[in-house]
Amino acid sequence: MRRYVIKRLAQAVGVLWAAYTVSFLVLDFLPGDPVTAMAGAGMDSGQVDPAQLTALRHEYGFDKPVLVQYADYLGKAVRGDFGDSVSTGRPVSSTLADALPQTLQLTGAALLLAVFLGGGLAVLATYTSRRWLRQLLLSLPPLGVSVPTFWVGLLLVESFSFRLHWFAAFGNDGLRGLILPAVTLAVPTGAQVAQVLAKSLLTALDQAYVETARAKGAGRWRIHLRHALRNASLPALTVVGLLVGQLIAGSVVVETVFSRDGLGRVTAAAVTAQDIPLVQGVVVFGALIFVVTNLVVDLVYPLLDPRIVVAPGRKAVAV
Amino acid sequence: MRAHPDIRPTRWAALAALLTTSVLLTACGSGSSGGSGSGGGPAKSGGTLTFAVGSDAGCVDPQQVASNDTIYSVRQLVDSLTDQDPETGEIVPWLAKSWDISSDATAFTFHLRSGVTFSDGSKLTAQVVKDNFDAVPKLGALGTLAEGYLSGVTSTTVVDPLTVKVTFKQPNAQFLQATSTHSLGIESSASVKQSPQRKCSQGVVGSGPFTLKQYVQNQSITLGRRTGYAWGSSLWHKSGEAYLDKVVFKVVPEAGVRAGSLQSGQVNAISSVGKANEAALKGGQVTLQRRANPGVVFGLAFNNARPALKDALVRQAIGFAIDRGQIADTVFPTGTQPATSVLAHTTPDYADLSSDLTTDAAKAKSLLEAAGWKTGGDGIRTKDGRKLTLTVDWIPNSATNQPALELIQQQLKAVGVALTLKQLQVTQLAPTLQSGDYDAAWGNITRADPDILRNSFSTKLANFYRVPVTELDSALTGQAATTDATKRKQLVQQAQQLIVRNAYYAPVVELQTQIGVSNKVHGLNFDASSRIQLHDTWIG
Repeated sequence: MRRYVIKRLAQAVGVLWAAYTVSFLVLDFLPGDPVTAMAGAGMDSGQVDPAQLTALRHEYGFDKPVLVQYADYLGKAVRGDFGDSVSTGRPVSSTLADALPQTLQLTGAALLLAVFLGGGLAVLATYTSRRWLRQLLLSLPPLGVSVPTFWVGLLLVESFSFRLHWFAAFGNDGLRGLILPAVTLAVPTGAQVAQVLAKSLLTALDQAYVETARAKGAGRWRIHLRHALRNASLPALTVVGLLVGQLIAGSVVVETVFSRDGLGRVTAAAVTAQDIPLVQGVVVFGALIFVVTNLVVDLVYPLLDPRIVVAPGRKAVAV
Repeated sequence: MRAHPDIRPTRWAALAALLTTSVLLTACGSGSSGGSGSGGGPAKSGGTLTFAVGSDAGCVDPQQVASNDTIYSVRQLVDSLTDQDPETGEIVPWLAKSWDISSDATAFTFHLRSGVTFSDGSKLTAQVVKDNFDAVPKLGALGTLAEGYLSGVTSTTVVDPLTVKVTFKQPNAQFLQATSTHSLGIESSASVKQSPQRKCSQGVVGSGPFTLKQYVQNQSITLGRRTGYAWGSSLWHKSGEAYLDKVVFKVVPEAGVRAGSLQSGQVNAISSVGKANEAALKGGQVTLQRRANPGVVFGLAFNNARPALKDALVRQAIGFAIDRGQIADTVFPTGTQPATSVLAHTTPDYADLSSDLTTDAAKAKSLLEAAGWKTGGDGIRTKDGRKLTLTVDWIPNSATNQPALELIQQQLKAVGVALTLKQLQVTQLAPTLQSGDYDAAWGNITRADPDILRNSFSTKLANFYRVPVTELDSALTGQAATTDATKRKQLVQQAQQLIVRNAYYAPVVELQTQIGVSNKVHGLNFDASSRIQLHDTWIG
């Protein structure tokens, strides 16, 4: 077990490094640089004295060879120092720390909704013996996955804010302000949970142990929830681990539509301004959350299915 | 300033309009003015105005901010030496009660009003103005507008406690108008001594009718009324303090959400209303206020040194092939006017050259024939085996750019000119213009002083458009060096004629600022740069 954890941790560090490096290279390949972005963008931006731009580039270190910049940034990043945002001058770490709670609330609420609603839908669809209801329920997840988040958000705002006046259309005001964005973000996520869980539930219900349980006289609900669901939840759990990354990415759109503060808005602004230190901070931070979640998921497997043995020298295997 | 014609909105039309707004409209230009009166019963003090804007510049220092959405709020924090009448373009007293300009337009002496205080209690003196003008050039790339206005400054000197003199190396007639802008708004001495970054995040202390109460990045900017304010611009209707207790600017990036929030009464006013959202806002509760931004209109800025574009006939032909009215009507918000000069009609000393800027495809074709470009097999003209193909570089800083250019593309194709559209990253445009490796670029520049023509077309400055040395230079240099209003107007009009008739630039449409305002709100007025002034604003 200890070797397993150490190995997974080493992999996690590798993923973080790769995320950092790839994002650095992508930003470096983009035309223009943060200093040009700062100096304005219109047809009149030629009024800026090139010497001043050069001075600014020097101040931020953008005039150094790219490898030196990379080494500088990486060295500091390892110590947790992502430098200062180019566009606002604030330290990247405090910008992220300010935005994080809002995004955690949003993604946390969305994840809960996704798991309970998506999971509930899958259980209900596989439990019901009414054919039409099953077909109807099973057709919802593909719909949920394919409608754009942006559109769902606007539809919800239009209905529940502009028409019914139940919620404010923008802002971060407590639970009321959280409901619409969380539902929006939960739609595609919950749909994927439902798709995977429904499929594996159907597979599980065909298994021999279900027959056995039935022969022993177990009730339908008991078979469904105690026997089949427990086995079927492993693939869904894997998906949830992956969905955390998607939730963070989805927050860019949802936070923009609902004018919420958070990591998504910080990301959008940072990319627009080519604010390299801030983008780097966001990427590494997002990767960190993703890696930690998946590590936790991996460690939970053996608890759900004792057949998964974490033996030395062997990978954990999900069925 | 007029309400839209009433079109009965249906629930579904509003929804459709909302859902199709998938593009965040970003205001690209800035400034203008207008004067909406204050009807609707007796004006009353008090209340909170909530204003939804599309973006946050990440900075609350008026000397550094160049984005309209943030200028709307930070403009209220500071006063300027002068103000500009949006109707006439005339420069009128504000913090300066009078001024003298040397006959060669190199020295400007301002006589300050007495009794003005900043919100930290410090007094406005000549030394404070000097501290500001000494600090602004050091902002460099962080405050390009302010720095540009003061370019060539040699010294700012304190003549006596309430008299300050600013001297330039070269004639600089535009400086008087520049002192009316938010960019040269006067901050307290303590503020200007702070680092630019700190001023951005912490805000500044000004003498304006409102003070900064709170700034939450990407979320909101909250202003409170300055008690004891008694030195408003000579243009304002109300004397003394502002009407409103509080103004909250909320950042709402999605245009459809802004429109819905205004329509459903969650906010009192919104910025940047695009064509797609007009339908949703029609009805009794909202007025759309609009004003053309002064400055250089949207158009094709030619690289006049390119082989095909060196020929004035080709440039003129392109001008005649463009149907400006069609572009204004189909792409831009209602009320947008086709260009009638290289300057928008709200710019001081604008000349109406609409008789030169007509649409005439037949004339365009004959000009191209005369220039030796003959119709080829695929409809695109050729000369010496080369096709008449031009690339237009553009940046996505406004939702109207692409559809406008696609229309121009069709219009030019009809006369045998192939136009290719090339989208650049926002940060790429300036370096591209500087390098000269482009055929034409699409854009506009907002500025409420005709000197903007010199910045763009003088061969003595950056000359991005590679304009040849002609008599245009003397007109542009001349207008910057005269303090005689009549003479300056004459020179500016001559410059506009030369630019339009030689087609160094193909003017297309004026940029119009359009904001949505609840009918409960009165006296929310545009200033000369088409930005807003909130001192006279009240909620009924």
